[in-house]
Amino acid sequence: MTEYKKIVPSIDPDSAPYWEGAKNQKLMIQRCRKTGQTFLYSRQLVPGVDDRQVEWIEASGAGVVYSYTVARRPAGAAFEQDCPYVIASITLAEGARIMTNIVTDDVDAVKIGMPVTVFFDKVSEDLTIPKFRPA
Amino acid sequence: MSRQPVIVGVSDAPTENRGRALPGTHVLNMQRDCALEALAEAGLTMADVDGVAVAGMWGMPGPGAMQPNLLTEYLGIRMPKYLDGSNVGGSAFVLHAGHAYEMIKAGVCDTVLILYGSMQKSQAARSLGGRPALFSNQFDMTAGLPSPAGAYAMAANRHFHDYGSNRETLAEIAVATRSWASLNPAAAFRDPLTIDEVLSSPPIVDPLGRQDCCLVTDGGGAVVMTTEERAKDLKAKPIYVLGHGESASHSNINYMPDMSRLEVAEHSSSRAYSMAGLKASDMDMAMIYDSFTITVLLTMEALGLCPRGEGKDFVKGQRTAPGGEFPMNTNGGGLSYCHPGMYGIFLLIEATRQLRGGLGERQAPNLTTAVCHGTGGVLSSGATVVLSNEKP
Repeated sequence: MTEYKKIVPSIDPDSAPYWEGAKNQKLMIQRCRKTGQTFLYSRQLVPGVDDRQVEWIEASGAGVVYSYTVARRPAGAAFEQDCPYVIASITLAEGARIMTNIVTDDVDAVKIGMPVTVFFDKVSEDLTIPKFRPA
Repeated sequence: MSRQPVIVGVSDAPTENRGRALPGTHVLNMQRDCALEALAEAGLTMADVDGVAVAGMWGMPGPGAMQPNLLTEYLGIRMPKYLDGSNVGGSAFVLHAGHAYEMIKAGVCDTVLILYGSMQKSQAARSLGGRPALFSNQFDMTAGLPSPAGAYAMAANRHFHDYGSNRETLAEIAVATRSWASLNPAAAFRDPLTIDEVLSSPPIVDPLGRQDCCLVTDGGGAVVMTTEERAKDLKAKPIYVLGHGESASHSNINYMPDMSRLEVAEHSSSRAYSMAGLKASDMDMAMIYDSFTITVLLTMEALGLCPRGEGKDFVKGQRTAPGGEFPMNTNGGGLSYCHPGMYGIFLLIEATRQLRGGLGERQAPNLTTAVCHGTGGVLSSGATVVLSNEKP
């Protein structure tokens, strides 16, 4: 496997289950045990809900595009060969929003509301990144 | 004795060659010169200053992490009673003005110096990448989101989808702003700009092209606030700060509750209007943070200058350009005048100058009130102040 040169996440105790899950081909998100609200990483909880009342669940991997952009210029040299590429905020079927890439040959076909589905891109021995494709 | 807070001095640093600081300038002497000029304009001296507010991205890691300490030292300010280093992005200085209002009004201090300086262009310190994938940025930075432009692009696409605005809407803003810049000798870009040129400018992050994005320049400024009572003996015409508000909703764009609605500005401006006893429709002009054209569209709607979703009609046909119905970003904005990274202080400087009057061909007519709104981060924080040239 060639060396991965792009920026890698600074994995912290809050996010470790997400990245561990990705290594095992699972898209992990958080859910509030009291309200059922799902979220990913964001610390926004329903007011008054104790943040320890949170569990990790495996998401279905289905979602729709909430918004997106096509990068015509890269976020640094490591992304240059990918241009143009799509970064999107996806609303998962469970309700949480996730920021990720939509990998497609037809970047101009990406639209808000478009159904997408997860796949797992193993970019190095240590890092697997959940990304999406048009469903 | 009226402790009504007023602005009595403003200054912005001169630049040359499309926004480059003059030779011999660095980030501290730039702020010193702005401070001295703003104080001199008021008829005050550094010895009068007993409050210091500053934000910037310089000197970090290191003394820049505690900028009020360093500026107090560098400027020789003697035991200030109010220090503010709040850094919530480019909105910080508008927020400082709100804090300074409260400190002055409460009698904690009498004269506050708000400062900013940046050498980002000379130091080539800006790029679309290279930001650490920390905390809530773990996901978008890993995905290669050009930052901050990509975040604003997502908001633009969502606004287009929800309200039918489009690239022409944004181009109207860029062109009107450039027309104001053409009247401002201090602006970095003064050449005429057309809607077609904006639409055909090199794409950066869809739907934003080069002309939808702010400049990268050096620059700095200073604002001096004191009490109405103190201002009676001073030579500058006081500009009254009538109300202020601030808020924040997220750090990363993915956690913005609704990307087509700038709720932080709705909250901060409603508090500012209410405090001033005024409404959005009472505002004669607006100075709105224009990091990107979409920032302006979202902010206008949130400030209540037009109903949500109707910004496209508000800016159509150059309504905000010189000679138009509603003057906005009359210095030429971050899009064409200067954008040294954190632009908020220039909103206060220009609104003050317009409300004083006498700006020649750049002067907007018949002004009594102005609303200034700063945005920080990626539509993350917002701060509003309402100003007037009439005693409340």
